[in-house]
Amino acid sequence: MSKVIIIDDEPLARSIVKEYLQKHPQLELAAECNDGFEGVKAIQQHQPDLIFLDIQMPKINGFEMLELIEQPPAVIFTTAFDEYAIKAFEAHAIDYLLKPFDQLRFNKAIAKWEEKREAATPSKTEDLLETASLSPSQSQRIVVKNGSKIKIIPVHDIFYLEAADDYVKIHTAEGYFLKNKTMAHFEEALDKLQFVRSHRSYIINIHQITRIDPYEKDNHVAILRTGVKVPVSRSGYGKLKLVLGL
Amino acid sequence: MADHAALLYTYDLPFRAALTDSIISNILLLGICLLVINTIRYYVPKKDQFMNIIIMCLVLTVIWLLISRWLLSITLDQYEGYERLLLHSVVIRFSIAFLIVGITTAIAIIWYTFQEQQRTEKREAEMERLNKEAELFKIRQQLQPHFLFNSLNSINALIALRPDEARKMVQQLSDFLRGTIRKEENQFISFQEEIDYLKLYLEIEKVRFGYRLTTELNIAEETLNWRLPALLAQPLMENAIKFGLYGTRGEVLIQMKAVIEKEHLAVTIINPFDPDMQMPPGMGFGLKSVQRRLYLLFGRNDLIEIQKTSGEFIVVFRIPYTHE
Repeated sequence: MSKVIIIDDEPLARSIVKEYLQKHPQLELAAECNDGFEGVKAIQQHQPDLIFLDIQMPKINGFEMLELIEQPPAVIFTTAFDEYAIKAFEAHAIDYLLKPFDQLRFNKAIAKWEEKREAATPSKTEDLLETASLSPSQSQRIVVKNGSKIKIIPVHDIFYLEAADDYVKIHTAEGYFLKNKTMAHFEEALDKLQFVRSHRSYIINIHQITRIDPYEKDNHVAILRTGVKVPVSRSGYGKLKLVLGL
Repeated sequence: MADHAALLYTYDLPFRAALTDSIISNILLLGICLLVINTIRYYVPKKDQFMNIIIMCLVLTVIWLLISRWLLSITLDQYEGYERLLLHSVVIRFSIAFLIVGITTAIAIIWYTFQEQQRTEKREAEMERLNKEAELFKIRQQLQPHFLFNSLNSINALIALRPDEARKMVQQLSDFLRGTIRKEENQFISFQEEIDYLKLYLEIEKVRFGYRLTTELNIAEETLNWRLPALLAQPLMENAIKFGLYGTRGEVLIQMKAVIEKEHLAVTIINPFDPDMQMPPGMGFGLKSVQRRLYLLFGRNDLIEIQKTSGEFIVVFRIPYTHE
């Protein structure tokens, strides 16, 4: 028996998956979820083998939900129409079902998943998420897990980002949040006119800078509105000058 | 001015007196001309008002004559024979001044009419461009891929669960799509028609989202015959639903109120929202395109109003009374 979870905000969309699942007695439906928040909880609780996941959902979309899960299970995406998502799926050869779909197409997706599981093909979910997070809607906010709570940070609320081992610390007025991503990822995903990589380990929101002072030889330090000092390397100083038009 | 002075000089007037007369007369005349230009700038006369314009020029010239005479007789009364000269030159002064005021008026009218024409042309050109854009947007919206495919998916589920409801939804979806195709951009319809169309749309969305979506329509009886451009209320409602459903969790109440207020149809649409969430992409465009359309149709920018409170997103749009 394999455990399955359905995550979709439309009740009828969930019931069609349930109906098609009846033809696959080897799959047991462990939970149904209304949105990504419920999804995160249910995945932690049930540790499913496979999830059916909608993209457009309340507050956080399907991709953002996956980002919050340490080791995401296998995913079959179900979506009606989302050019960006479909491009991302195709680029990473991940199976997806376009609504409306029939039993035959559904069976094919299940067969494909079973085949992959036996061949133990590593999941490409991470690459997919990397692509998806560059989408216009997702570059406006960052979704993080804060204990058991899910927090949505609008990017303009970010003061600066700091590298911390395998994580990035996102500093805001409410303190910092950790996100399991690289500095290079954020450098790419965030608006380059607002966020500047001032240092190997720092990215600054330029709207937060009140002044830039020289610091030791060749280096500078940016002073933020909150009084925090953020290191600026030589090349970082060049980038800041360019963006600030100095 | 120099001509004026030189002419007076040849009439045996001392040079100083001639110069003063000239300066006073001409500065006054300049003032009158500026007055005319400024009036016409804000109020370009229509074709059937030329008589009024000529009368205005005559009146202004007489006023000029009286003021300049009065000023000149005060400042220059020490010169002998000046009073007589002033009296003799009344006709010629009047004629020249009338000529100058008249020509200035004519030039101002031509200039500002031309400018207004250019503005109108520009507006029309932009209207055309926006119409094209709106048409493209409408075509895309007509297809409404997200809405359409999700609705079909719901129908697919209903066929097995509750076939009667499936059949009803097929009908509603067809009527809704037919409505979108039939309506021309900028065509005026009654508010009743728009409301019927809106209800069709809401029924479909309620089947899709189940208990999460509730709507409350509060439409005053006297609004139903009001004429308004087609496809204004529905896109705003769609925005509100998307913003409400995808911007918050849990149950979502969308409210719509319509009343007649100071000879305008005033429609208020309220959806819950979380101030931390960004507007979903496309929503800003929807609001902006409605705003532009209202401007192009009525030449006014104050017909749509957006308010954000801590938990509510409120859009109010107003439609003036039209005979169309």
